[in-house]
Amino acid sequence: MEIFLAIFAMFYQFGDAFAFLVIAAAGLAVIFGMMGIINLAHGEFIMCGAYVTAATARAGLPLPLAILCGALVAGIIGMALERTIIRHLYHRPLESIIATWGISLIATQGVLIVLGSTMSGIGTPFGSVVVGDRSYSVYRFVLMGAAVALLVGLYLLFYRTRFGVIARATIQRPQMARALGVDTRSIYGLTFGLGAALAGLAGGLYAPTMTMVPTMGSAFIVESFVTVVVGGADIFVGAAPAAAILAVIKAAMTAWYGQLFGQIGLLVTVILVIRILPGGLSTWIKHSSK
Amino acid sequence: MTEPNASLAHDVGKSTTSAITRWLLRLEGPQTMGRGPAFWAGAVAVLLAAILYPHFVDDWTVGNAAYFLVWTFMAMGLCVVWGYCGALSFGQTAFFGLAGYAYGVITINIGAQYGFTFLALIASMALATVFAAIIGYFMFYGRIRGVFIGIVTLSVTLVLETFMAQTAGPQWRIGDARLNGFNGMGGMPPLTIPWFGGDIMLFAGPGLCCLLLGIVVVVYLGVRMLLNAPFGSVLVAIRENPERAEMLGYDIRFYQLGAFAIGGALAGLSGVLYTAWGQYITPSSMGLTSAALPIVWVAVGGRKDLTATLVGTLLVLFAFQQLTIYGSQYALVVMGALLLFTVLVTPEGLVATVMRRFAQLFGNGARR
Repeated sequence: MEIFLAIFAMFYQFGDAFAFLVIAAAGLAVIFGMMGIINLAHGEFIMCGAYVTAATARAGLPLPLAILCGALVAGIIGMALERTIIRHLYHRPLESIIATWGISLIATQGVLIVLGSTMSGIGTPFGSVVVGDRSYSVYRFVLMGAAVALLVGLYLLFYRTRFGVIARATIQRPQMARALGVDTRSIYGLTFGLGAALAGLAGGLYAPTMTMVPTMGSAFIVESFVTVVVGGADIFVGAAPAAAILAVIKAAMTAWYGQLFGQIGLLVTVILVIRILPGGLSTWIKHSSK
Repeated sequence: MTEPNASLAHDVGKSTTSAITRWLLRLEGPQTMGRGPAFWAGAVAVLLAAILYPHFVDDWTVGNAAYFLVWTFMAMGLCVVWGYCGALSFGQTAFFGLAGYAYGVITINIGAQYGFTFLALIASMALATVFAAIIGYFMFYGRIRGVFIGIVTLSVTLVLETFMAQTAGPQWRIGDARLNGFNGMGGMPPLTIPWFGGDIMLFAGPGLCCLLLGIVVVVYLGVRMLLNAPFGSVLVAIRENPERAEMLGYDIRFYQLGAFAIGGALAGLSGVLYTAWGQYITPSSMGLTSAALPIVWVAVGGRKDLTATLVGTLLVLFAFQQLTIYGSQYALVVMGALLLFTVLVTPEGLVATVMRRFAQLFGNGARR
C-alpha cells in the first residue's frame, strides 16, 4: 500500500509536469513547426487567454465555455497580427523573433496600463481528493486529461482532415502547394491563428490555478521553449516524447530539490540535448526508424 | 660584432612598427562604416565635446551620462555576436548579471584597497567570458543555429534570474556577501583608484564619466580593428552563408565561439561597470525586459555596423530615459513600437540608414 501511494504521488507529479509542458508548448510548437517562426509573444497570447477566461467566467459563463472564449479571442488577435505584421517577415526568421518580442513588450505593458497590475482571478474548481494521507487537486487530473486530448486532437487535425493535408503540404513545399492552387497565405494565417488559439487555451486552462498579472505569460515561456527545442522541428514526432522526457526530469528534480532545480534541470537537459542531438528528438527518431 | 645585432634590432623594430601600422590601418575597412579625415575629425570633435561636457553641467547629469556609457559595451558585444556573426543572442544579460554579481561578491569580501576593484573587474569579466564560452561551446559545437540560439540564451538568462531571485534567505551568502534574493545585492565599493594621500573613489560623477569614456574609446577602436582584421571578415562570411564559409575551409564553430565569448566579455564589462556605478545589482537585470533592451538598442541603431550601434544605443537610452521621466508606463510600449517600426520599415537599423543616406548626400564620407 505504501508503495502504491508513493507510485501514485510520483505519477501525479509526472502527469502534472507533462500536462504543463504539453499545454504550454502546443501553440509555440505549431507555429514553429509549421512556419519556422519563434513566437516570442507566446506568453502574451497565454496571458490574453487567461484574462479573457477569467473575465468571462466572472461574468457568469461556465468555465469550459469561458476557456473556449479565451482561446477564440487569442486566436483572432493572432490572425490579426499575422495579417498586419508577421506576414511581412516570413523570409526573415530572426527579425520575426524581434517583431514578436516588440509585440510582447507592447502587450504586457499595455495590459498593465489599461487593466492595472493585477486582476481578480477565479478559484480552482472541483476541490481535491485524498489518497492515502495526501490530498490531490482534482483539477490537475482534468489538466492531464486535457493535455492528452490536445495531443490527440492535434494529431487528428493535421493527419485526418483536409486542412491538415493542405497545411502540411504548404509547410513541406510551399511553391508546389501554390502551384496546385492552395492559397498558402491564408493557410499561414490560419496556422498562426491556431497557434495563438492554443496559447490562449493554455492560458484559459491554467487561469484557475494562477495569479492574474500581466507578466503571467513568462511563467510558461522557459518550459515551452525548452520543450520545442528538445522536440525539434517536427512537432508531432518530437514534442510529445520531449514533453514526456522533460516531465520525468522536472518531476524528479522538483520532488528532490524543489521548483527551482526542476527548472535548472530542464535547462541543463536542453543544453546537453542540443550538443548530442542537434536536430532535436524528432530528427533522431526519424533517423533511427529508417 | 655590433652590426648584426643592430640590424636585428632594426628588423625587430621594423616588424613591430609594421604590425602596429597594420593594426592601425584596420581602423578603417570594409566591415565598418566611416572613413576618411572627415569621419575621424567628426569623431574627435564628438569625443572632445564629451570630455568637456562634465564641466558645464551639474554632477547628477554627469552621473547620468556615465550611466548611458555603461551600457554601450553590452550593445557593442551584441553587435559583434548578432550583427557581424549572425547569431542572435537574447541572453547577453546573463553575462551582464553574472559579472555584476561576481564583482559584488569579490569586492565585498576583499575590499577596495590598492586598486583591487580593477582586479575584481578583470576577474568578473573573465568569469563572464568563461561562462559565455561554455554556453557557446555547447551551442556552436552542437551546430545549432538561427532561432535556437535565441531560445537557449534566453532560457539561460531567465533561469539565472529565477535562481538569483530565490536567494533571499541568510543561507545564501558567499563569504560576507549576502545575495539578498529579489531585492538585489548592494553595498559593494565603487571603482577605486589608489592615489597618494587616500584612494579616489569613483562615484557616479565626472571622474567615473571620464574613465568610462576612455574605456568606450579603447573598446570601440579595438573592436573596430578586430572586425576589419581577417577575423571580422570570416564572421561576416559566416553571417552571410555558413555553409560557404565552411567549404572555404574555416572552422566556423571556432569563429562563432570566439565572437560569442567576446560578446560575453563585453556584456560582463557592462555588468561590472553598472554594479560599480550604482553599487547595486538585482536579479531583474537578467529578466525578460532587461534582456529585450540590448536587442532594441542594437536593432534600432543598426546591427551590421559598430558605429551605428554605438550611436543608436546612446540615442535610444537617452530617449528611453526622457520617456521614463515624462510617462514612465508608456516607455516600454514606445520601445516595442520602435522595435516593430525598425524591423518593418528600416531593417538595417534607423541610425545606419540615416548614416548611409547622409553619406550618399555628402560624397564619400561614410559610404562602404
